Amino acid sequence: MAELAASAPLPAYHGGSVLPGFRRSMLFTLVYLGVIVMLPLAAVLVRGFDEGLGHFAKVALSDRALAAYKLSFGAAAVAALINAVFGLLVAWVLVRYRFPARRLLDALVDLPIALPTAVAGIALTAIYAGNGWVGQWLEPLGIKIAFTPTGVVIALVFIGLPFVVRTVEPVLADLGKAQEEVAATLGAGRWMTFRRVLLPAIAPALLTGVALAFARGVGEYGSVIFIAGNMPYTSEIAPLLIVIQLEQYDYVGAAAIAVVMLSVSFTLLLAINLLQGWSRRRMGMGARA
Amino acid sequence: MSSVFQSAGSEMPWVRRGLIALALAFLALVLLLPLAAVFVEALRGGFGAYFEALLEPDALAALRLTLTVAAIAVPLNLVAGVVGAWAIAKFEFPGKQWLITLIDLPFSVSPVISGLIYVLLYGAHGWFGPWLAERDIEIIFAVPGIVLATTFVTFPFVARELIPLMHEQGREAEEVALSLGASGWRTFTRVTLPNIRWALLYGVLLCNARAMGEFGAVSVVSGHIRGETNTLPLHVEILYNEYNFVAAFAVASLLALLALLTLALKAVLEWRHGDQLAAGRVALDRAD
Repeated sequence: MAELAASAPLPAYHGGSVLPGFRRSMLFTLVYLGVIVMLPLAAVLVRGFDEGLGHFAKVALSDRALAAYKLSFGAAAVAALINAVFGLLVAWVLVRYRFPARRLLDALVDLPIALPTAVAGIALTAIYAGNGWVGQWLEPLGIKIAFTPTGVVIALVFIGLPFVVRTVEPVLADLGKAQEEVAATLGAGRWMTFRRVLLPAIAPALLTGVALAFARGVGEYGSVIFIAGNMPYTSEIAPLLIVIQLEQYDYVGAAAIAVVMLSVSFTLLLAINLLQGWSRRRMGMGARA
Repeated sequence: MSSVFQSAGSEMPWVRRGLIALALAFLALVLLLPLAAVFVEALRGGFGAYFEALLEPDALAALRLTLTVAAIAVPLNLVAGVVGAWAIAKFEFPGKQWLITLIDLPFSVSPVISGLIYVLLYGAHGWFGPWLAERDIEIIFAVPGIVLATTFVTFPFVARELIPLMHEQGREAEEVALSLGASGWRTFTRVTLPNIRWALLYGVLLCNARAMGEFGAVSVVSGHIRGETNTLPLHVEILYNEYNFVAAFAVASLLALLALLTLALKAVLEWRHGDQLAAGRVALDRAD
């Protein structure tokens, strides 16, 4: 530990402040991050290529793995699009209108984040299984939701909703009505005002929320595995495939699939950071105008 | 003129009512229906069966483990979150944005991968596996692994709540305290801590809810040994896979109650102390 302190690139640097504890708190943060986050993540990257590129490609790009990515990414994308529409609607209604139980519902929007995913998973299955609350009415119509890719989408809509609502809400609230009133006095109808004035203003926040919901959906496990059916090639999500590889003690195979998923997650994280920067600049401009 | 502005900022009444109805129907279907399903299915066998499922030894062992894991992981991340936020928000240094991204990283990693990374390090075939086996130290398929995975998953909550707030508060108050002769530690406990207490509580609340409810990451490292390495969410899964639905939903209802309690406390914090939480999420209430 003493060696690490000596080699840390912060000699006599006080972080531009007279406040004490910069070096100590920074060192603690870096060590904690290193042990809890960086070292374990490095292990995945290294282990994924442990048996060479050939083996990596064989596992990470097998037909079964490709089908699993397709389901995970596809279902997450569909769910994110559904949440783009309904999340915007919910945010709009919660911010702009007053009605009974509004605050209660606003607090409940975070339920998918607070509710353990396994609980959500069995609850959704109880609702959408063939003999379930809703499923029993859909089954005679030939509509199956649980144990099909549709079930995966339903679970991811549940999981992703708060991300869209919570990203859009503050922007809608900050927007004020001045621009809309100007548009109206210039003769624009309500729909045109929404499309030409409001939508462009909230677009960055909406996109950020959708990206956050998509990123969460891609990696989601607990709420999905109960309702998905988990049949290879049709209803098996990528995180489940990692679990299956691990159960067969194929650490390298599990790590290989994890590397693919992590690359996508980090790309998304980068995109979300850029989107948030854009969103903040857009909001700043709106406030000045 | 004012009547023009009145109608300009709002929709026709029938459009407004339609939008409210549509949003309520969506929220009822997506949020309320699953919540209701948990409690109705849990009580399907009556209160006798409900409490029997909760008081059964394996369920109690799972409850104990869940509380133990949260009691270790949450304080760890509380300290790390405060220290990290202090370093990031109160000082200027190159690479700050990168550090913030690193702290947020666990949120963008799949829960399954959050467990896998520790299996790759400490599992029987992991990097440190043989070394640990020689010394009879069990991490994976034991409690330490569950604590590690939970700590990873819940790491960002406290730090990401504190960083924007402490950044916004600046460091004048602390500088004044120091110039008046207060020690560094005294400045922190008497000046900084009171300024961030509600945000800290908010972060800890969310951190705790996730720590007690985490499923994917814990499932990978636990080994599912009944009565030993089963947390409450894992116990729900085992009961469900054994077709013991009433018991599964009974245990699930306990976790759902925890979630509702978390949301209630969170709402109270936002309404009472919204101005002392990180900016942004309180904008809704300011607009009232």
